[in-house]
Amino acid sequence: MELNLFEKAGDYEWVIPRQGAMRVPAVIYASEALVRDMDRKVYEQAVNVAALPGIVKASYAMPDAHWGYGFPIGGVAAFDPDAGGVVSAGGVGFDISCGVRCLHTGLARADIEQVQAPLAHELSRAIPAGVGSTGEIRLGEKEMDAMLAGGAAWAVQRGWGEAADLERIEEHGQMKHAKPGNVSAQAKKRQRDEMGTLGSGNHYLEIQEVTSVFDADIAAAYGLAQGDIVVMIHCGSRGLGHQIGTEYLKRMAVSAAQHGIALPDRELACAPISSDVGQEYLGAMRAAINCALANRQILTHLVREVFRRMRPEARLPLLYDVSHNTCKVEEHRADGGVRKLYVHRKGATRAFGPGHPDLPVAFRDAGQPVLIGGSMGTGSYVLAGTKESEALAFSSACHGAGRAMSRHQALKNWQGRQVVNELAARGILIKSPSMRGVAEEAPGAYKDVAAVVDAADAAGLARKVARVEPLVCIKG
Amino acid sequence: MPRTAQRTIHFVQRWEHFEHGADVGVRGYGATLAEAFEQAALALTAVITDPATVRPLEHVEVSCEAPDNELLLAEWLNAIVYEMATRRMLFSRFAVRLESDGLSGEAWGEPVEAARHHPAVEVKGATYTQLRVAPEGDGWVAQTVVDV
Repeated sequence: MELNLFEKAGDYEWVIPRQGAMRVPAVIYASEALVRDMDRKVYEQAVNVAALPGIVKASYAMPDAHWGYGFPIGGVAAFDPDAGGVVSAGGVGFDISCGVRCLHTGLARADIEQVQAPLAHELSRAIPAGVGSTGEIRLGEKEMDAMLAGGAAWAVQRGWGEAADLERIEEHGQMKHAKPGNVSAQAKKRQRDEMGTLGSGNHYLEIQEVTSVFDADIAAAYGLAQGDIVVMIHCGSRGLGHQIGTEYLKRMAVSAAQHGIALPDRELACAPISSDVGQEYLGAMRAAINCALANRQILTHLVREVFRRMRPEARLPLLYDVSHNTCKVEEHRADGGVRKLYVHRKGATRAFGPGHPDLPVAFRDAGQPVLIGGSMGTGSYVLAGTKESEALAFSSACHGAGRAMSRHQALKNWQGRQVVNELAARGILIKSPSMRGVAEEAPGAYKDVAAVVDAADAAGLARKVARVEPLVCIKG
Repeated sequence: MPRTAQRTIHFVQRWEHFEHGADVGVRGYGATLAEAFEQAALALTAVITDPATVRPLEHVEVSCEAPDNELLLAEWLNAIVYEMATRRMLFSRFAVRLESDGLSGEAWGEPVEAARHHPAVEVKGATYTQLRVAPEGDGWVAQTVVDV
């Protein structure tokens, strides 16, 4: 985008002043280079979100923002229920509570190298991944509802994990006020065979090595040190979340007019928080958050079983689990007071700073771990929430690298087998049922994740703690 | 195989993908609105796999309702996404019959087989981004962005 579209408020803060239908300004946090590379659609979508009823302070875009549907991916917006605020299915996304979790292993690179190929093979057998794959867990009606109400806590009760895992998950592993009864029979049917599956596209499970530590104190608080091996899992609420997103997008689009909401584009479909459809969506969306938390918990169990066989000395405690497609009720300072707001993060990670009461005791001084997934073959990052992030964007940070080119273009540029071979030559093993999928996810199809996290760090959204690089990648 | 599938077999490709940063745009053209919808569904399959690899062996029926043609396109594509997800199938032939407040559709395909179809990515749903159903030239165009 051209920089003259913005008022520059700082080296990493670009403001679109209120104009036209905008109720608040829009703010993009990014370096000059990242803003130049951003799609013009990010501007349009950030401006459109700023025009929605009840929006508070500003419509925000993170350094990895790109063209989404309705809201930009990398968008953050908070709405006040007492000021006619809205909830938007498109502002959460179809993959509700898609997120990242990171497990310690207590192992070093040499421990992995001894078993790298068989470990990759065993993981690819144990983790159902790709289009049409199914898990081994079948949930009947009652268990499905228990899962949707209980999240990761449900999974732990059923034996998939340990009680200690729960305090290392946002919402302590269980999203409150979930309403399984608001989830349609179709959404539940779509989930029937998908518990404990990874999905496809940009979802992955990786074994990674900590290759850089930027903040030794926070890294120590997180239990990370140079050379440590960790496991990172990126996936979401599977078919159930996708179906809920689909159904409520339509209901919100159809009902907007009767709620007196004039949508500049139907992709912004939303409903007043206080409306029936708004409340029903919130109950269903929270159930989908629990589905995602349960799913990542089951995947964690499957990983632990593989390590138990291959590296019996390893213990895999959870470092943390974050979700980056959500709408959550949070207290934030705005307009001179503390208000209860409905914060949408669409491709953005919550990043609570030190001292926040929702953080586990172990992280109270360090701030919340913010887990940023890169592309396969490059690297991912662990960041920490900052105190100043609260004032910047309701304690939010980026979520990933973001695509630099379309899947179509990636298919023209790379072949899957060639990508696998090139990464193997660098010591990175890729396991995927689809070579076309690998080509579409080639590292070169993504933006430079380092530039994104550098901008998040420089803007103050979150602090860089460590970089990790993959040794094994299981792709869908 | 029912006769309606035979009819679609002779279609030349009248669909395409269009660029969207993270996701994929699907666009179908047709002499009629129904044909444009059928072609958009083929474009949807092509996001996942080469439609030519999908044998039209089994057949499913869907019906959709929506207040206008654009929302109906999204409903139609979402119905196919749902059938793909719950039956673990891919589809390569489509037939659409428009009705007063919606459509009846049929899809022919087969169970997904990773080794043969190399499915690249699952489609989560049809968005309303770049959603457009309109007369164009002598026929119709039907398009939207699907989330992958």
